[in-house]
Order: sequence, then C-alpha cells, then structure tokens
Amino acid sequence: MTATENTEREAPPAAVPERKRRWGRRLLDVYLYGNPVVVTILAFFCALVVGAVLIVVADQATRTSFGYFFSAPGDTLSNAWHAIAAGYSALFRGAVFDPRSVSGGGAAVLDPISNTLLNATPLILGGLGVAVAFRTGLFNIGVQGQMIIGAIFAGYVAFAWQLPHVIHLVVALLAGVLGGALWGGLAGWLKARTGAHEVITTIMLNYVALGLLTYLLGVKGFQAPGSNQAISRHTYGTARLPHLFGPDLRVHFGLVIALLAAVSVWWLLTRSTVGFSLRAVGANPFAARTAGMGVERSFLTVMLISGALAGLAGCSQILGTNTALTGDIDAGIGFDAITVALLGAATPGGTVLAGLLFGAFRAGSVVMATDTSTPSEIVSIIEPVLVLFIAAPALIRGIFRLRASRRAGVGQLAKGWNG
Amino acid sequence: MRMKRTGAVLTSVAAVALVLTACGSKPSSSGSSASGSSSGSGSGSFKACMVLDTGGIDDHSFNQSSYAGMTAAKKANPAIAISYAPSNSQNDYTPNLNAAVTKGCNTTVAVGGLMADAVKAVAAANPKAQFAEVDAPSSGPNVYGIQFNTAQGAFLGGYLAAGMTKTGTVATFGGLNIPPVTIYMDGFWEGVQYYNQKNGKSVKVLGWDETNQKGGTFAQSFTDQNQGKQISQTFIQQGADIIFPVAGGTGLGAGAAAQASGGKANVIWVDTDGCESAAQYCQYFISSVTKNLAGSVQEYVSKAASGSFPTGSYVGTLDNQGTGLAPFHTFDSKVPADLKSALKTVQQDISSGKIKITSPSQPTS
Repeated sequence: MTATENTEREAPPAAVPERKRRWGRRLLDVYLYGNPVVVTILAFFCALVVGAVLIVVADQATRTSFGYFFSAPGDTLSNAWHAIAAGYSALFRGAVFDPRSVSGGGAAVLDPISNTLLNATPLILGGLGVAVAFRTGLFNIGVQGQMIIGAIFAGYVAFAWQLPHVIHLVVALLAGVLGGALWGGLAGWLKARTGAHEVITTIMLNYVALGLLTYLLGVKGFQAPGSNQAISRHTYGTARLPHLFGPDLRVHFGLVIALLAAVSVWWLLTRSTVGFSLRAVGANPFAARTAGMGVERSFLTVMLISGALAGLAGCSQILGTNTALTGDIDAGIGFDAITVALLGAATPGGTVLAGLLFGAFRAGSVVMATDTSTPSEIVSIIEPVLVLFIAAPALIRGIFRLRASRRAGVGQLAKGWNG
Repeated sequence: MRMKRTGAVLTSVAAVALVLTACGSKPSSSGSSASGSSSGSGSGSFKACMVLDTGGIDDHSFNQSSYAGMTAAKKANPAIAISYAPSNSQNDYTPNLNAAVTKGCNTTVAVGGLMADAVKAVAAANPKAQFAEVDAPSSGPNVYGIQFNTAQGAFLGGYLAAGMTKTGTVATFGGLNIPPVTIYMDGFWEGVQYYNQKNGKSVKVLGWDETNQKGGTFAQSFTDQNQGKQISQTFIQQGADIIFPVAGGTGLGAGAAAQASGGKANVIWVDTDGCESAAQYCQYFISSVTKNLAGSVQEYVSKAASGSFPTGSYVGTLDNQGTGLAPFHTFDSKVPADLKSALKTVQQDISSGKIKITSPSQPTS
C-alpha cells in the first residue's frame, strides 16, 4: 500500500458520523473538505483563468485599448472578453467539435476528436512510464531519451527490413519496446549497482539519445537517399500502425495499445506480486528491504518497464503519427509525460484521463494559433500551471476557502527525491 | 505583518503604474481593431497562409524571412490577406496544412524541408488547393518548390575571403551540422580552394573541410552569441583573420569577436545583408553571402495573387539573384579592384558551368 492509497480511502472526518445529513450538506462537505476531484476541477479552473490573463496580455487590440482605459473602459473589457472567448472557443473547436465542419459532413466532424486522441496516445504511454516509476519512488526524467531510442529501433526495423504484413509491425513494435527498455534499464541498472541517482542519469541519457539521433540522421543508409535534410528513410507501409477509423482520420492503432498498456499497468500495480513489491519499495524502501524484498531488483525492473512504455510512445510517433525519423521525433512528449503522470496522480486511470486532456490541449492549440491571434504557447503555460495548482493543494484550498484535510493529491508524490 | 505591508506597497505601486499607463485618450480614428498578426490581417480577397516550421515566427532565420516575404507581398498588394500557423512539433505539420485548406487559403506556403512529406500528402488529397514549399523541390502539380543553391554565393564568399586575408588563414563555423548550414560551408571551402589553385596560394580554412562532412566546428545553437564569440576568438588565436559564421544569431558572436580584436579580424555575414540585419557590426563585415528567401516568397505570393500559380521548382542561384554577395559597404574601398573583377569572372564561370561546385548538399530539382 502506498501512502496515497491509504489516505484516499479515509473518509472526510465530518462525513462519517451522521447518515441523516441532507444531500446539500453532503455535497458541501465534499467541496469543503477538498475531495481530490474537486481540487482538480478547481485547479483546472484556476489554470484557465491564468491562461485567460495571458491571452488578454498577448492580444494586441486589448493592449491598444488599455492605453485609453479611463476614457473608454468598455473597449478594453469587450476586447479582452472577445480575445478570451475567441481563444478558448478555438481551442474547443480544435480539440472536440467544430460546428463549421458539419456542413462538410463525413469524417471532418470527427477530425478534432481524432487529433485529440492522436496527440493523447504517446502522452498516455509516456505518462504511464513515468507513473510506474513514481510508484516505486523513482523520478524518470528520461522518457524523452527512451522514446528516442525506442523510435530509432522501431524506425530502423520499419525502414530497413522487409517483412510481411502484421509480422513487420509486431517486430517493429518489439524493437521499439526493446530500445526503450534498454535505455530505461540502463538508468535502473546504474541506480541498482552504483546508487547513481536516476534523475541525473536519465537526464544525461536524454542528451546521449538526442546526440545519437542527430548523428544517425546524417549517416548513409539511415538518412533518406537524395534528401539534403536531416530526415531518415521512410517506413514501409507494412510496419505502420493501421488507422482506426479510415484513412481520413489520423488516429491510429497506437491508441488501443495505449489503453491496453494502461490496463496492464493497473493489473501490474494492484494485482501482481511484482507490483506489490514495487509499491512497497516506493512507499518505504527500508521497510521493504527489511521485509526481504530486493530493492535494487525493483529499481531495475521498474526502469525496464518504464523504458518499455516510453519505447511504445516512440513507436506511436514513428510507426503511427509520422513516417520518418527527424531530430524532433519526441515532439516534447517526453517532458509532457511527466506532467501527465503528475496530473493523473500516478494512477493508470488518472494518467489516461490526463493524457486525453493534454492531447486535447495540443490538438486545440494548433487551431487556436491558426484561427485567432492567440499564440499556441499559452497552452504550454496552462498545462504546467494546472499541475502546479494540483501539486500545491494548499494553494487551491486557500483560494477557495476549503478546509484543510489530510487528503493528498500529487503533492505527496512530488514531495521529495527519495534518494 | 511586514509581508502584508510590502504587499500593500507593491499593489499600490502597481495600481499607480496601471493608472498612469491607462490615462491615454482613445484614438479618434476607427482603426482601433488592429487584429493580431496571426489572424488574417486586413480584409483582402486573396488568402495567403503560411505554415511555419518549429523555429517559430521570430527565429531570425528562414521562418522569419519567409514571412517577411509574405508581408512584403501584402504591402505591395493590399488585396492579399496573410496569416501564419506555427508548428510546435512535426506532429502539427499535417493538421496545420489541413487547417489551412479548410480555412479556404488560396495558397499555403510551407516553410522547411522537413515538412515536404506532409505537404506532398495534403496536396495530393486536395488537388484544388495550391502550395509552395520552401527548401524542398516540387512534389506535385499543385506544389511549387522554392530552393536555394547557396553554395554558389558562398563560393564567392570563400574566394573573397581568400583574396582578403593577410594571415593566410580563414575560418568558418556552423550552428548545426545539417545540410542547409553545411551547404554554405562547402561553398566557402570550395571558393578558397579555387582561389589557391588559381593564384598559387595556400590559404587555409579552419572549421570545415568539405571532404570530411562529419567534422567541422559547430556551435550546436543558432542563438548562443557567447558560444559564437568563443569559437571566433579561438579561430583568431589560431591565426584566422576572416570568419564566416553560418549560425544565425550565434554568428553575432563573430561580430563581437571582430570588435574585440580591434579590426584585426573581420567577418563575412550570412543569409541577409549584415549591414542591414546586424548593423552594429557593419564596419567589420567585408560582405554577406545572401539567400533571397523573402524575395522569392514575395514573388511567389504576388504571382499567385494575380491569378497565375507558378509551377515546378525554383532554385535560387547567382543568375536569378537567389543567392550572391551583398555590397561591400565600408570595405568597398579596401577590396582591391582586381579582386572585384576576379569575383565577377568567378561568378560568370559558375553560371556558365565552367566551375563545378561539388557540395553534396546542393538542391536537386
């Protein structure tokens, strides 16, 4: 049992004794005692407010009209409101549903959702990798590097080998998993054998992976023939993850893999012996050692698993979303995965939901930047602000006058370095 | 308590500041709705859209230059409405291009060769839409390729450097070892070799050797000026007196190093005329090797707006002013007349094919 789960199962002190309480009062209690869901929703709201402020600041019209705020305050307010509404509605159109697409009919209506799912896929996989390591008390900052190595392995199999349908894809996926596990396992092995801190080693291994990729993109046989760009050869069609809903929608089979991976991680953590010892090590490595569990072994195991999941995220990038390796193959997902895992409280279900949310943000930010004057960077600020609020529940309680409770969200997970 | 008071003071200061800045009067003209740059500015009838690479609109490099071309086209013809969409990663290329088509853009300019595949696919799926692709050849009847053989301009730069050096050593460094960068370094290196061969000299090039494409000096950054200065000063210590930085903003460090050397070392600038884009170091710029990205994009957009979409591929060369040497500015009197006329001959020989440039990074059209 981790500390998180113990506290999660405790009821709020006031809600226990009286059953007769009316619904209204009980709802109020849920609110006042800072149910994690309530805190998350409020944090989301706060992050959107911060984003709105930034949208207003970034908006030229509002800035101009603010110059004469006192002679015509209405201008500033209406411009600000207009900018916020336009920005967030474009975000929604890009991520969920665009009313303008209805007239076109067909696949176009589902396009935003498809883009959300497409972006969510590697975020979920990477987030699961981070989450598993969190639960064992390890901070895996190396998803970026593990993704890159996974993508290099999978990509190489996909463009250099010729194999029949299905088999090619399976081999490429296995290669990606192997590559990621290798890179993650390396950090785990260093931790287990020498005690080297995984935060340091994984960050350094990120650089090594990135350098290796940049080097390979200039090597004959790896680089696309006839191209003068840093881009690899194209993957064969036989090794590509099939589209889930026809060729017009970009979402691919990687999503199914991500959901299966989430279920597997859930099973591993809550139903298996290995998972039990992983969590025991995460809760208290000293107690786990006293109980006869191999702490070092757990470090190695969990980093292999974590790296394998990151490798799958790399597969989603190279076998699904893209068809050739470039220096940008990780697309910043490696670091967003940490945020996703934190937001998801390091649980598989939470990570899936957080991945979907961030996927929606990523999909929406494209349309937001295209359709309105809102810079897409706003979204990359909203995401970490959201996690900041969630990681500091006291802040949210202070803002919304919630009473203190002993419940903890991710704040507890991110509390320390756990040596 | 003290904290609270500090807070109160800060708040009131901020409030005063806000009040002061907000005291202006409303401009009387109705032009208060200056909508942002990325939404279609202006109410033109021809929509020209641009999908940027991951560098962003203010990268001091090809994204910025390309958009400058669109802006210039709009200035010349107000009927053109322009907009751009940035890409956070390569995952955004396809949705951005699709969004441009959905938005009803009459033409979409894609910036960066890495986007070539996405453009090819989207253009094939939308045969009625028109595209232009910067840094890649045409990939379909509705895709216009815009490329530059900057090795030609850099060849002249190398020849000029070899003719101007007093120490017999020149140097070049890049931002990253990628073809759009090394093509300049190749041209520069070849220009120096050609000068040596023609004049029986042995001017050395530090930082790059075309026959060893994996070697060379690179700052690993297009923004780090300190790194650029450090590299340049190392070169100067090794005897170089002319430096050719191919590293965007990092290259400004070479200007700083030239300044620190008190004019002993000088610089040949890259991409744009340095006396315009980095005027603070103009007195150290012998010349610049230019890549006329803005001009070609402007020409394409203007032509497209007038109803005739150019087809095929454009390759910027010395002949069509797509690349070349910028004016000498402050060095005009210092460059010997015979070197100037030799450069003219070299330029003609490159155009006529008498001089063969061997850089492996040259565009294939």
